[in-house]
Amino acid sequence: MDTPRRTSRVIDPKVRHVGFFAPPSPGRTPSGPPAPAAPSPVSGSPSGNSLSPVMIPPPRHASDNLSSALTLHQPPSRRVSIPVTSAVRRPSIDNVAVVGSYNQSETVLATSPSAISPSSRIGDGEFSEDSVNWIRRTNSGKFSSSVPTGGFDVALNKAQEVSEKGRGKGPEISNELASNAKPLKDKMTKAERRALQESQRATKAAAKEGRKPASSSRGVAPVHEQTAKSVKQPSQKKDVPPVAPVAPSIAASEKKGGDRPLEKDRKKDAPPPRMQFDDKNRVEKAKRRAVVKKTEARNRVELFRHLPQYEHGTQLPDLEAKFFQLDPMHPAVYKVGLQYLAGDVFGGNARCVAMLQAFREAIKDYCTPAEKTLARDLTAKINSYVSFFTECRPLSISMGNAIRFLKARIAKLPLNLSESDAKATLCSEIDRFINEKIVLADKVIVRHAVTKIRDGDVLLTYGSSSVVEMILLYAHELGKKFRVVIVDSRPKLEGQALLRRLVGQGLSCTYTHINAVSYIMHEVTRVLLGAASVLSNGTVYSRVGTACVAMVAHEFQVPVLVCCEAYKFHERVQLDSICSNELGDPNIISKVPGRMDVNYLDNWANKDNLQLLNLLYDATPSDYISMIITDYGMVPPTSVPVIVREYGKEHVFM
Amino acid sequence: MDFQVVVLAGGTSKELIPLVSKEVPKALLPVANRPVLSYVLEFLEQSNLKHLIVVVEGEDAALRVGGWISSAYVDRLHVEVAAVPENIGTAGALRAIGHYLTAHDILVVSGDLVCDVPPGAVAAAHRRHDAVVTAMLCSAPVSGPSESGSSGGKDKTKKPGRYNIIGLDPTKQFLLFIAAGAEVEKDIRVQKSILRAVGQMEIRTDLMDAHLYAFKRSALQEILDQKESFQSLRQDVLPYLVRSQLRSELSLDVAQAEENGNDKVVSLDNKVMLSQLVANTSSSSFHELCAMGPNGSAPFPRKTHKCCVYIASKNKYCARLNSIQAFSDINRDVIGEASHLSGYSFSAHNNIIHSSAELGSKTTVGPQCMLGEGSQMGDKCSVKRSVLGRHCRIGSNVKVVNSVIMNHVTIGDGCSIQGSVICSNVQLQDRVVLRDCQVGAGFVVSAGSEYKGESLARK
Repeated sequence: MDTPRRTSRVIDPKVRHVGFFAPPSPGRTPSGPPAPAAPSPVSGSPSGNSLSPVMIPPPRHASDNLSSALTLHQPPSRRVSIPVTSAVRRPSIDNVAVVGSYNQSETVLATSPSAISPSSRIGDGEFSEDSVNWIRRTNSGKFSSSVPTGGFDVALNKAQEVSEKGRGKGPEISNELASNAKPLKDKMTKAERRALQESQRATKAAAKEGRKPASSSRGVAPVHEQTAKSVKQPSQKKDVPPVAPVAPSIAASEKKGGDRPLEKDRKKDAPPPRMQFDDKNRVEKAKRRAVVKKTEARNRVELFRHLPQYEHGTQLPDLEAKFFQLDPMHPAVYKVGLQYLAGDVFGGNARCVAMLQAFREAIKDYCTPAEKTLARDLTAKINSYVSFFTECRPLSISMGNAIRFLKARIAKLPLNLSESDAKATLCSEIDRFINEKIVLADKVIVRHAVTKIRDGDVLLTYGSSSVVEMILLYAHELGKKFRVVIVDSRPKLEGQALLRRLVGQGLSCTYTHINAVSYIMHEVTRVLLGAASVLSNGTVYSRVGTACVAMVAHEFQVPVLVCCEAYKFHERVQLDSICSNELGDPNIISKVPGRMDVNYLDNWANKDNLQLLNLLYDATPSDYISMIITDYGMVPPTSVPVIVREYGKEHVFM
Repeated sequence: MDFQVVVLAGGTSKELIPLVSKEVPKALLPVANRPVLSYVLEFLEQSNLKHLIVVVEGEDAALRVGGWISSAYVDRLHVEVAAVPENIGTAGALRAIGHYLTAHDILVVSGDLVCDVPPGAVAAAHRRHDAVVTAMLCSAPVSGPSESGSSGGKDKTKKPGRYNIIGLDPTKQFLLFIAAGAEVEKDIRVQKSILRAVGQMEIRTDLMDAHLYAFKRSALQEILDQKESFQSLRQDVLPYLVRSQLRSELSLDVAQAEENGNDKVVSLDNKVMLSQLVANTSSSSFHELCAMGPNGSAPFPRKTHKCCVYIASKNKYCARLNSIQAFSDINRDVIGEASHLSGYSFSAHNNIIHSSAELGSKTTVGPQCMLGEGSQMGDKCSVKRSVLGRHCRIGSNVKVVNSVIMNHVTIGDGCSIQGSVICSNVQLQDRVVLRDCQVGAGFVVSAGSEYKGESLARK
């Protein structure tokens, strides 16, 4: 990891990086010819590819990353995720990364003018170029051989057609595809995209009861109009049955292609989908249940409507006023909730510890009501506490994992255990969790990370991470000679507190804001970042701005080390930071602390044509991360799913 | 929520003579024909606080207050009335009932408080910061008769009294200095150490200490035990806590040590690390920063405690009945602008006239007036912005403006009463003119006499 990434490796796939595309998953395709190089693998993911351009992507490609075996020309981790402000930022990345690399890899295709245009936001630009791109390869590889093979031929067919069209010489372009491919080239307006999305959903619903193999084409069909689908469907049915060996890859591509798997399948294992706050009915329902009265913020940014956002400033007094009315709430729980709401406690670890300690207090004071069993009643109690916490502030992933752990412990209590014993067991379990998963984990991480700090290093960190702070202090204790650059950002300026503590300990520090990160990056030799969570595709979910720092570091070929306790790992896959994020108080960003003269936005919060966006998290694609330092050792981001798989159960059921 | 509520109902306050007497302790002074204590009790009841301790000075007063409470709230509240010796002070009263106090935190409410600020807010702020004391501050009330008064307007312009001088930190959450405005002669002393730790202090005079405090019980009792001389919460205990907040002499850590004592799994080292981890990622007040020393980690952190404030928003009503002026102000407000507190339903004319009251012909009762049960008024009377008690007999041609008349008062013909308080069983003979007077219970004002700004009481 010490060696910076080779640029050549990075550049080529960048093209796809930027869009919402999954990497080709090679070895899976039986249709693939024995031909050695890249071309054939591509056929595994066409549906995913062609599906994406119109979607503002919900979690997709879920299985793709996990299942994809080694690729020949690019690491399996290649995956696309989009940093927070992707819509805005992407075009520029395109310019930088894509344009250069393009020629290098696939010289043939000059057909994607929109890649450079900054306005090609949702990916039609990338799509066209991309699809064309891989299709060309398919062609050159072995197109004809793939035709007879079941489920794929449709995709390939289409792929071919698209490619033909792209090249402008297709003898057998089927009409509907030709006509369908066209709109993709144009820039779609938001409305169009939405309409398309709707039709897509409808299609999916229709196809739901269709046989499984049929769904592999789903991904392709919905992108285009209904006509496409209607033509497709029959042909598919014809083709599919005979093909047995294709099944696994179909399944894979199906999962990837269907952004929402079948409801029934989902219900079994996955938790219920997050509440979408643009769904009026549900919001109303939730409000009626809510303890904390909230007013919805008025002007919310379109793309983030599905996230909860409330008028800040009204909740706290309201909750405070109810102090004595909330009898079922344990005082310790109430206090922690209040602190979440007021922002007194923040940071993944601190919030998790505060919550667990509150639970411990609550369990200590708990007594089972008559005619109820402890396991059930206590779980219900914990649930009510959790929903109270959620109302105060959306749960962090670390808290979610801790709650799962606690509930599993409660469920696993032997029935014949007396109440006091059970309570004592649970309390000690909570202590053990805090101790092992947080405190000791931090210690282990510190030991690991310190080995990566050498004399003369310049370490850059962003925001204020407790683990990173411990690492720095410990390295300083060991007498290593290094300098620290603390990059900070408004509005929280958490870095200042870190800076104060580090300088107080005698470390030599540089403090700058994120605006200047590209200037300071020249001198940096390592980037140490904390994380709110690491998802199983290696994406690091962290304080907003982290992605930016990681990308800049990557561009400068500075290794990026992410320090994260394994209890924060999550099996979810997230490609962007849009579908799941948290919105902070938008009014904070309109104020500049200490400068009364900067008041242009005072009292503007309710202007109809002004929308303020204060995102709290972003997702850093795993490509920009050299290594993740966790309590199980130092691993590449690609190994996160292994840890989640091997040890994730242990978190809960140890 | 592990809170105990103590209502300090006082005894017979000297400031309110001649309104209070042996028969009518301060707690039972009528505000809109209800004892003032009922406002506090109902205000607490609304917040679901039903187990109260009411402390009254003096056995006699305690009996009366207790009798009234048991008759009025027998089925609604669970109230213990404790009698303490007179002139023991608020701190002394708490000291005296110390053995009743068991909860983690204690809410101390003055019995003369008329307000609609939810006490839960104070308690929540207290809990959130894990403070030793949290005081409720409200904006100082506008004293004196309202400007719009038809006749009272030209009263000698009273300077708005300075209630308190209060120092706050920039976030307006912590109390850095407090002094009663009346006691400040010329200058105030602010501690340098606090100022240095906070950086900026905001000193305000437009706030009033509402005498609603949340105390951490262990800390409060420790102070009361150690400082025998402390008499008053407001004058001694609170300033002491505020003064010593950065060099706390309280042994607050004891409780925490007890908590953590039973889990031996956690080694000391880990505990320190954990507490540091939590502390570092939480927004710390200046207390923590100061405790950690200038470079962030002093080997022996200084002991600190937090004194918080809860500032009630301006649109809430909050007043204390601690002077005669306040008495008439509150009476006026409860019928007028803060009418939601009175609990009565107003008529279309924005006044309350009991159905059994009798009005003579051509008698007018203006808005923001109250006429108690069984009162009789003669002809051609006029009542403006006043509260009249029960079973009063008022003759003809009487003018009552901006006044409070309690129960069983007899007023002769042709009287004129402005800005006065007339206690129960007073007899005003014909053609008495009173202006800004207080008439003690049972007093008889002879016919034709005129008084201005006097206090009349039986010797």
